[in-house]
Amino acid sequence: MRLRTFLAAGAVASVALAGAAQAEDMTIVSWGGAYSASQMNAYHKPYMEMNPDVNIINDESAAEAVAKLRAMAEAGNTTWDVVDVVASDAIRLCDEGLAMEIDVDSMLAAAPDGTPASKDFGDFLVTPCFIPQIVYSTTFGYRTDMVGDTPPKDVCAVFDLENYPGKRSLEKRPINNMEWALMCDGVAMEDIYDQLATEEGQARAFAKLDTIKEHVVWWSAGADTPQLLADGEIVIGSTYNGRLFKLIEEDKQPVAMLWDGQVFDLDGWIVPANLSDERKKRALHYLNFATDTQRLADQAKYISYGPARASSAPLVGKHATLGIDMAPHMPNEPSNMSNTLLYNYEFWADYRDDIDAKFQTWLAK
Amino acid sequence: MANGENVSGPILAADGRPLKQSLARALRLQKLRALALIAPLLIFVLVSFVAPITDMLFRSVENAIVPDTLPLTVAALEDWDESAGKLPGEEVFAALHQDLLVAVAAKAHTKLGSRLNYEQTGVASLLRKTGRRVKRMEEDGDLAAQFAKIHKSWADPETWATIKRFSSAYTSGYFLNAVDAKLGATGIEARPENERIYIFLFERTLLLSVVITVACLLIGYPVAFLLATLPMRTSNMLMILVLLPFWTSLLVRTSAWKVLLQQQGVINDTLVFIGLVANDGRLAMINNQTGTIIAMTHILLPFMILPLYSVMRTIPPSYMRAAKSLGATDWTAFWRVYFPQSVPGIGAGAILVFILSIGYYITPELVGGTSGTFISNRIAYHISSSLNWGLAAALGVILLMVVLVLYWLYDRIIGIDNVKLG
Repeated sequence: MRLRTFLAAGAVASVALAGAAQAEDMTIVSWGGAYSASQMNAYHKPYMEMNPDVNIINDESAAEAVAKLRAMAEAGNTTWDVVDVVASDAIRLCDEGLAMEIDVDSMLAAAPDGTPASKDFGDFLVTPCFIPQIVYSTTFGYRTDMVGDTPPKDVCAVFDLENYPGKRSLEKRPINNMEWALMCDGVAMEDIYDQLATEEGQARAFAKLDTIKEHVVWWSAGADTPQLLADGEIVIGSTYNGRLFKLIEEDKQPVAMLWDGQVFDLDGWIVPANLSDERKKRALHYLNFATDTQRLADQAKYISYGPARASSAPLVGKHATLGIDMAPHMPNEPSNMSNTLLYNYEFWADYRDDIDAKFQTWLAK
Repeated sequence: MANGENVSGPILAADGRPLKQSLARALRLQKLRALALIAPLLIFVLVSFVAPITDMLFRSVENAIVPDTLPLTVAALEDWDESAGKLPGEEVFAALHQDLLVAVAAKAHTKLGSRLNYEQTGVASLLRKTGRRVKRMEEDGDLAAQFAKIHKSWADPETWATIKRFSSAYTSGYFLNAVDAKLGATGIEARPENERIYIFLFERTLLLSVVITVACLLIGYPVAFLLATLPMRTSNMLMILVLLPFWTSLLVRTSAWKVLLQQQGVINDTLVFIGLVANDGRLAMINNQTGTIIAMTHILLPFMILPLYSVMRTIPPSYMRAAKSLGATDWTAFWRVYFPQSVPGIGAGAILVFILSIGYYITPELVGGTSGTFISNRIAYHISSSLNWGLAAALGVILLMVVLVLYWLYDRIIGIDNVKLG
């Protein structure tokens, strides 16, 4: 009898707790590490102060977000409210009907001068489901003590074994590497994707990559290249610009940044499709706040990724703890942008499976 | 007893029924009760393990999305002869137009695009683009020309052939892809040389798994032997050392190997310091097969040592002493008396390590570079990155089949009864 009362009381209590938790918890999925910390400082904390009835739970599984969102949708139980994904994943989620379409102008804040959000984000609105947040780039860092008196000036130093002998690191996927290979094989910037769409162009890119294949360490986690550079395993390697910023400015390693040939990519928010009206409303209320001009500029105080709104750029200030000016470390700072590519979402959505199969076969041979 | 039965018929229980019947009834009740006791576990396993796995594996042949999204087009394409190399007639374009109007309203066309893009590059953007314009098309006009205007691929018979080839509710496409083949115009054909990867990866996975299993056995056997023969107190201390890796995060252990094995790492530094290796000839021990073998052998070693140890503990030391007292040398006593009794432990450990390593992916991903990755790395890629769950499921089915066949072979050759975990 006593056991039964105990169980009943427990059941009532847990139902009550679950009810209470559902009323205020909002799960936001992101990448973890310094990136999640920057969002916590710039978005979550001020938002929770203004809305004490909302409790933001930070989930760090953005790396598997696409697969998990699909699994959740199939199970009919989506537990996430807002998800941070890269733009190419947002396009796939949108294609699969797993992310909700956002009407940018009616749902998001306008710029302080009244420019509507759709104009403020401009070309960065690559799919109707995606709210851009930051611009990051994949670019190269090199060991200053291993390149002699002639530090590399352009991205083709990666393919120059004569002047820069030693290992280099590249990401274990075709995206970006194929572009760099063609770029350094003499293909003009605007012809790269036309070339890559043909068998000959792909073969040409692989032939260029073949010249350094034996000297490449292939990475799959963003932390790999910084570690390899810090340990002196490689001379030069590609990674995200924020990782290199940390390595150079915070960890004070003998590494320098090579902005030439950087490939821009976008990271931002999506809202899962099929949320209940109440949760949808809450998620949009949060996003309206977290993606306004000031908030995007605030994030740059904590991490060296550029705000995706044009109106945020003039507001970028100093790093919160290091006290250095952040503008020169932004990938979309004009002086860093002399030779850049924007990730071609349309192209890679089509060719990703095809070229990836060839790339993996090429790697294995 | 047997005599008595023959003479006086069935023995009766106290309530007058035949004893056999009564016993069977009691046993049945007992069985039911036992079943009821394990029912929660059984239901749990069925619901949380068998059902999802079956569902996942079923995706390797499932293709309902094409006939569901384009029902009219699929029906209209039935009469079209793909081998003629001509475009289908206007009625097919009209059917496609109708289907797409419905699909766009339900936002199903882009999903279909992702599905067909696995078979023909470019269909994803083709359907995305067509979906944006389909509402503005004129129904009475020349639809074939209007579609061709949206995208030239609609004027390419190959696009239509792809739709027709993958128009049934079930497909062999994923399985063919998983064995480096595809459905072409003339039936099943091999993929071009520069796209053949999966069979190669299956072979590599099996080969490396065997190497890892043998390495675990060679290192683990002496350790288990030592543990089993030392006095209890000392062996308990050593046991903790064996178990310690179990309590450390897998990622920590894998990263530790990076620090040790890389070219500027501890081992290479030491070798250079004592002069065994020249400074410019540092050994490449990580980001290749060597790295995978070393790190995985370390990680899976406890799975070999523990079954070996528990079997060896049950071998009485007196057998070895008896053999020696009868004149056997140390080696003969070990090889003829001790080793055969430890074989069940070897079997159990080898099966555990082999099956675990065949499905491993996180360690090969981190330390395997390009020559040390497994088929499971590709499965993980297709599950979490390319979202091609059909192909991932097909690869998973094949891997499961390979394991079952090996298990069956093992049972035939060594006998599964010979496996003991303790």
